[in-house]
Amino acid sequence: MATVENEEVKGGQAKPVGAVLVVGGGIGGMQASLDLAESGFYVYLVDNAPTIGGVMSQLDKTFPTNDCAMCIMSPKLVGTGSHRNIRVITHAEVKEVAGDPGDFEATILRKARYIRPDKCTGCGECAKHCPVTIADSYNEGMSRRAAVYLRYPQAIPKVYLIDREACIGCGLCERVCLAGAVDYADEACQEKIAVGSVILAPGFEVFDAARRPEFGYGVYPNVITSLEFERILSATGPHRSHVLRPSDGTIPERIAFIQCVGSRDKKCGNDYCSSVCCMYSVKEAVIAKEHVPFIKPTIFYMDMRAYGKGFDAYYERAKADQGVRFVKSMVSRVRQQQGTGNLIVTYLDDQGKAAEEVFDLVVLSVGMTTSQAVRDTAARLGVRLNAYGFCETNPLAPLATSREGIYVCGAFQSPKDIPETVAQASGAAAAAAGGIAAGRGTLATKKEYPPETEVASAEEPRIGVFVCHCGINIGSVVNVPSVKEYAATLPNVVLADENLYTCSQDTQEKIKKAIQEHGLNRVIVASCSPRTHEPMFRETIRDAGLNKFLFEMANIRDQCSWVHMRQKPEATAKAKHLVRMAVANARLNRSLGETAVPVAQRALIIGGGVAGMTAALRLAGQGFAVYLVEKEELLGGNLRNIHRTIEGEDVQAFLTDLIDRVSAEPRIHVLTGSQVTEFGGVRGNFTTAVTTAPAMTAQKIQHGVTVVATGAEEERPEGFLYGEDPRVCTQQEFEGRLAAGGEEAAGLREVVMIQCVGSRNEKRPSCSRTCCATALKNALALKRLNPAATIRVLYRDVRSYGMLEPYYAQARREGVLFVRYEPEAPPVVAREGDSLTVSFAEPILQEQATVKPDLVVLSSATVPRENRELANLLKVPRTAEGFFLEAHAKLRPVDFASDGIYVAGSAHAPKLITESVSQAYAAVARACTILSKENLMVGGVVAVVDGERCAACLTCVRVCPYDVPVVNLRGEAEIDIVKCKGCGTCAAECPARAIDLMHYRGEQLEAKIGALVEG
Amino acid sequence: MIDGQGAAQTGAVQADAKLHQAEGQAGFEPRILSFLCNWCAYAGADLAGISRFQYPPNTRVIRVMCSGRIDPAFVPRALLAGFDGVMILGCHPGDCHYLSGNIQAERKMTFLKKLLAGEGIGAGRLILDWVSAGEGQRFAELVRDFTGQIRSLGPFRVTPEAEGTLRAIQTALEGERIRWMTGKAGELLEKDNVYGERSDPDRVREVLEATVRDELRKNRILRFLETGPLTAAEISGKLAVPLKETLPQLVALVGEGRIGFEPAEESHQPRYVKSG
Repeated sequence: MATVENEEVKGGQAKPVGAVLVVGGGIGGMQASLDLAESGFYVYLVDNAPTIGGVMSQLDKTFPTNDCAMCIMSPKLVGTGSHRNIRVITHAEVKEVAGDPGDFEATILRKARYIRPDKCTGCGECAKHCPVTIADSYNEGMSRRAAVYLRYPQAIPKVYLIDREACIGCGLCERVCLAGAVDYADEACQEKIAVGSVILAPGFEVFDAARRPEFGYGVYPNVITSLEFERILSATGPHRSHVLRPSDGTIPERIAFIQCVGSRDKKCGNDYCSSVCCMYSVKEAVIAKEHVPFIKPTIFYMDMRAYGKGFDAYYERAKADQGVRFVKSMVSRVRQQQGTGNLIVTYLDDQGKAAEEVFDLVVLSVGMTTSQAVRDTAARLGVRLNAYGFCETNPLAPLATSREGIYVCGAFQSPKDIPETVAQASGAAAAAAGGIAAGRGTLATKKEYPPETEVASAEEPRIGVFVCHCGINIGSVVNVPSVKEYAATLPNVVLADENLYTCSQDTQEKIKKAIQEHGLNRVIVASCSPRTHEPMFRETIRDAGLNKFLFEMANIRDQCSWVHMRQKPEATAKAKHLVRMAVANARLNRSLGETAVPVAQRALIIGGGVAGMTAALRLAGQGFAVYLVEKEELLGGNLRNIHRTIEGEDVQAFLTDLIDRVSAEPRIHVLTGSQVTEFGGVRGNFTTAVTTAPAMTAQKIQHGVTVVATGAEEERPEGFLYGEDPRVCTQQEFEGRLAAGGEEAAGLREVVMIQCVGSRNEKRPSCSRTCCATALKNALALKRLNPAATIRVLYRDVRSYGMLEPYYAQARREGVLFVRYEPEAPPVVAREGDSLTVSFAEPILQEQATVKPDLVVLSSATVPRENRELANLLKVPRTAEGFFLEAHAKLRPVDFASDGIYVAGSAHAPKLITESVSQAYAAVARACTILSKENLMVGGVVAVVDGERCAACLTCVRVCPYDVPVVNLRGEAEIDIVKCKGCGTCAAECPARAIDLMHYRGEQLEAKIGALVEG
Repeated sequence: MIDGQGAAQTGAVQADAKLHQAEGQAGFEPRILSFLCNWCAYAGADLAGISRFQYPPNTRVIRVMCSGRIDPAFVPRALLAGFDGVMILGCHPGDCHYLSGNIQAERKMTFLKKLLAGEGIGAGRLILDWVSAGEGQRFAELVRDFTGQIRSLGPFRVTPEAEGTLRAIQTALEGERIRWMTGKAGELLEKDNVYGERSDPDRVREVLEATVRDELRKNRILRFLETGPLTAAEISGKLAVPLKETLPQLVALVGEGRIGFEPAEESHQPRYVKSG
């Protein structure tokens, strides 16, 4: 249907096609698709694999929060799979993209599946009978699967397929398939689709460890890759999360992790750093130890690259509290010990001494590469790759490929972790939407719900309870069948059932069917946390015609099975209590109405640096008015102190161009010398007071979204004679001097750079992320001006992650000396007569060395701009170090927990320019999911006043954190449902008990308490 | 037919098995079960009688219409029931009264022999051969030779291990997946598969063998675990299969939810338990 409509568009109008092709359905592709679909575009999501989910679906936990990967991803999987404006085309590849931006024609080749998606119910009878077994790639070959298979239990779409290579064509699956879904005559077919933009999110594949034969991968059974270890740790892995080594199925005690396998490795052509391996190894070590306390993990690393937000704290915790041993070293080879299957690891330690150690299991931390299939696709699409096979991008425009109209995100752009992929994916969505904004709403259709079944409060509740096994997450601890049976005995429960994964798409259908068949008017799911899964289940019951507030959850996983693993009977008893409580509450749940309120389709951006200006331009480009508030008189922020990127791009020219474009854009209202003084309202309808210097004129701005981009700055260092001796400066000051001209630099005979000044210490545990790159950039710049200069970089870990690594190699090649120091023995800067001296411990010679440099450059910490007041006004949280705290470290990197407020750039955490640009685009995509709508629904969980009982005592007015209640002319408290955030403080305090919080009414909470006490 | 017989015989056989042990190898008289097809082998045996060709009295004959009727599962059943050997005789290739029943019998028995050999029972206790209606002499010779062969192999002792293996083989051979494959294999080798292509015969045989082997190893493991938790190494020892071939079966059983890990396990060697 879409194709037909597209033809019409092509036929006459000049409007760009309002659809986007997203290539790759991993976490990046899903995020981009969801953002686009939520802001009025139709999405074709094409994945080479038979299911979406990508590599993240194989991960056990995610750093630094140890969230279960599948659990946090599953709502996105279901959301993508069920979104009306996303068409998921799996087991397919993009053959060609012809045409021009705004009007592409993509040719998609769908490979034969041999199972008809419209008929397959995902029951799995076929796989149970299939006589063929072959290595299961989902478990990295450590288990076996049938020739007819589903990649993983929660796969979307939940449609089996036949692996034609493995199938012998015996015909049994056809015979046992009751749905008649098997179709051996299925053939590959091509389809042409019309799209306005294309996003490439094909992800990565792990480095083939056999290419480093000295580690014995593929030869010694107990040498495995980190992805294999990830599967071993997983609840859906080969041993159901039991840590067993391959050779003999015993639990390994001594586990070695060898870092940088296939990364930072010139020999195999991968000079880059894979960015994620340090952290995932720490995570795997910590999780393995969590599984089996006697495991002793050792990580052999070159530099511990814990450069992201909260990473250093995670690393330090692993080292200090969780017993993970870290050995800075170079591993030269791994041999197998005769008879035992154990492995002898030979390495050079920090002092250059050779050492040997025996381990039961060796995990190779394999890096990221692009697959041949992805390289081929890029070639077919005319998208240029860099020397390492990743997508070629410009650091100042990181989301654009070499072909106009085709954008990129995720690991294909350069190796990166999940939150950065998610941010880039949202960014790519904004970029892709930018070019075709005029096509918004032309192809996407709106969700139409079935009419709501009226459920009067007097009507007898008919409750359905669905108890979840969550794979083995719940089922291995809590006796699920017994909880189910118990639930069936509770009052008003007319149906109790159990599911392996209640969140899977087919279970949603099952629930909908149960609602119809059993006439349910309340639904309870006993599974995981309502924080993550309630929205999805509410959507399900709404689709079945029930008001979404008639849904209730019992958290029997996160707060039961996961925390009482060794007390199974108690856990089962607790699960029953929780279900009883849910039933007691559900009986009292009422349908709640929501009201449509118009959206103020304008944005407010706080901070006029690179992130703020980029976001402003992109939002304006999509047709929205923007207020850009900058505290200073000039736009530019920290960008004004930066002259070149490490790649050599001219930052000042970029800045000038940015400011010119912002100033010339009629939709952007620039308010310099201005500050936010008041802030109120909710997503879609914020009201902000801005005061502008020098006259301190105040104005009120109505806007639908808020982007916080207040940035960060280089800290003025303490100690090291900074401020006392002119020969001691910061990196930014040094960069300024280098940019000013070569004369001074030419005179510099010897320079010492000191890293981690003010970072990674007790006061500020985090890494400032960008200083290593800055030091490398400035060292290389000095070398260009004065090749004879001696440059010493005193460092703790060189954190030149991703594509920065080749610059580190270049610096070493050009003679820059890197000397490591321990935090216990930092370098000392002193004056000796006229000379400036730096003394430091020389680790190789193991003695104290003293040099007399001409200049000492301090890599000072990046600290947030003063933002405490702003945080209080916006009621958004900050980290202990004062950076803004996003809603979720992994999957909501630019959202705040309060809807409609986003964070971009260094206000979130220290960032390179290229990362700030990506994040600014990301904030735009997220903002557009609100701005693109004319109305938003409000209401639901809000406080309601019973005017009769109100004594107008003003208690609610005093206690409301958002200043919502007012006393009206009738002398009664009044609460605006648009403003009310639903915290319920007023209800708890109201002396007359005249206020109740909907969905959490006093009567309900009391019923819950009662239910817990009885029995 | 054999079902009733098997059950009736069990008691006697057990008594006999004891007798075997008491007598030792010296006084051992093999007990051989023969399946003869109606049209050739059975007629051949009659002819031997008519011709007065003498042969040892160790075999008992069950007449079937065609050798193709012999369900491979009958063989482990016969061995469990106390027989020391099984002899299956049909028409010579090309002579089958039912065109290809004998060829199908050959396919099934070749496969079963491999299985018996692979699982430590030995292929020598099963023989499939051809006797025409005119070969009375040949029948007598075959009985004499096979009786000698079994005599030299000695009595088949139904030790707990052998019993476990045979029961597992029997269960595997009675399962739908394998029966489909054994039934389909001939067609797959001779005709086009569901995709209208000719399958690689080696690949088909390999799949068939692997399927049955895996199935029966899994069944054996399940039986071992009935008596209590075991480590992977212990299971491998009981299976008499190398650890590296045992582990994949354990992974598969864990994946199917049929076995799990002993919950209290704190040692380096986790023990597997049967799932409730």
